[in-house]
Amino acid sequence: MAALSAASARPVTLTDTALQVSGLYKAYDGQAVVAGVDFAVPTASCFGLLGPNGAGKTTTLRCCLGLTRPDAGEIVLGGHPVPAGAQAARRRVGVVPQFDNLDPDFTCSENLLVYGRYFGIADATIRSRIPALLDFAGLSGKASAPIPSLSGGMKRRLTLARALVNDPDIVFLDEPTTGLDPQARHLIWDRLKRLMAQGKTLILTTHFMDEAERLCDQLAILDHGRVMAEGAPRALIAGHIEPQVIEVFGDDVGRWAASHHDLGERLEVAGDTAFFYCREPAPLLAALADEATNSGLRYVHRAASLEDVFLKLTGRDLRD
Amino acid sequence: MRGSCFALPRPGLRWLPVWQRNFLVWRKLAFPSLLGNLADPLIYMLGLGYGLGGLLPAVQGVGYVQFLAAGTVVASTMNAATFEALYSAFSRMHVQKTWDAILNTPLSLDHVLTGELVWAASKSLLSGGAILLVVALLGLAASPLALWIVPLIFVTGLAFAALGLIVCALAPSYEFFMYYFTLFITPMLLLSGVFFPTERLPAVVQTIAGWLPLAHAVQLARPLLLGQLPDDALAHLAALLAIAGACFCIATALTRRRLLK
Repeated sequence: MAALSAASARPVTLTDTALQVSGLYKAYDGQAVVAGVDFAVPTASCFGLLGPNGAGKTTTLRCCLGLTRPDAGEIVLGGHPVPAGAQAARRRVGVVPQFDNLDPDFTCSENLLVYGRYFGIADATIRSRIPALLDFAGLSGKASAPIPSLSGGMKRRLTLARALVNDPDIVFLDEPTTGLDPQARHLIWDRLKRLMAQGKTLILTTHFMDEAERLCDQLAILDHGRVMAEGAPRALIAGHIEPQVIEVFGDDVGRWAASHHDLGERLEVAGDTAFFYCREPAPLLAALADEATNSGLRYVHRAASLEDVFLKLTGRDLRD
Repeated sequence: MRGSCFALPRPGLRWLPVWQRNFLVWRKLAFPSLLGNLADPLIYMLGLGYGLGGLLPAVQGVGYVQFLAAGTVVASTMNAATFEALYSAFSRMHVQKTWDAILNTPLSLDHVLTGELVWAASKSLLSGGAILLVVALLGLAASPLALWIVPLIFVTGLAFAALGLIVCALAPSYEFFMYYFTLFITPMLLLSGVFFPTERLPAVVQTIAGWLPLAHAVQLARPLLLGQLPDDALAHLAALLAIAGACFCIATALTRRRLLK
């Protein structure tokens, strides 16, 4: 772990803000994809960018890395203005892309060596870091394994190790656990927490709300190219939604819900499920206890989650 | 992005790791790769040279196989650079997303493209150089002047790599490359004096053929292999370098438009 823990020994340089985005605007063919986005990521925190497909997350990330030139707005990444200083900024940045782009012709350690060279790091330095990086990724025995022999979870972990080859201050992760099984997902979460403990700044996009709730200090919910809400996960739940949710399912739930809507502050019906959002659940629970068995309804009572906030802000319509 | 798409390439010196990456892949597959690049053109050269050549009188004062040798060297240089800049570069850009991975590092797209350009030319140097070596071992090189063909191979490789990178930037899929081969590479192979002297062609076609990049390479390589100094050597060299430079600028602009939008 020598190579990785070296980061915590290094004094925090530059600013307290790892990434500052102001007034970001980008349109394609007259259609605004990012329509005035502002947010700031404090150094050594984990920031989540949430949003349905097509909300503008990827374009925002590409702008932050200097890969897409915005039509308007200012970005400062690690103290460097982007895109003008993007190449310098990327020296101190690691990126875990959404889709695997490891080099299939190389072994695990060759992937790390070749990638480290792109940062101008000497071969000897990279080679000395490789064992710790592979260990961090849980791939210690796989130094000479060819990429096609790795599972999806192993590839994602190797991609994470590759993003750390330059010992970055800031790590971007674009949907880091999409397509992974629960075991692999938990392992990635564990590693991301370790990186946070080392003082690295994480910026991740996801549409897994439990992931965002678990990892992020701050998050922004993005839709139609705008920030719909921003804050700490708990604060967003407290500020945007009633604390209790009762989901009622059954064939004729729509009619039943309509006649009982006054038992919750807010009611949403989607398909054969009615979502009652309320502060005081007792009256509704009593009504359900009386009537549910006879009317063939079932229900779940739970605390409100980030997913409820997300759905309230971005709607229940499919985005493809 | 429009303005900066058309800015001149800024290759810097940091493209070397991109070249090294491709070299490392090649080293793993070097033997079959070299064998493939060597066998095919040599079979053609020896088959046509001795088989067809046996039926022919002297061509431009030399035996047909001697005439054909220079053309074979530059044509296989062209093929090697073209294949690398089309199929291999496209697979790194579009299929494996290797370039996307590199663009997340401090390297720019200009570094990636310069690395690919120089790599394709280097690979063509390996192929063309190997053919030249066999040609020399067969006693078909008249004098040490033939050594000048080595840098010529590299310059020819640069020109065809740059041309190929333009096609790569425009390609929606691998199938697209067939157009380039059918409409450009194959006609050029026949019009550039590789298999027969261009004096046999109608005047109009001769004029057009004189402008083709492969023709410049043939005009330089053939006399050098026969132990003579080429006519208009500097003009031909300048033409190849100009083609390489102009095409690389176009390829850079097109690839920026494709990937950095």
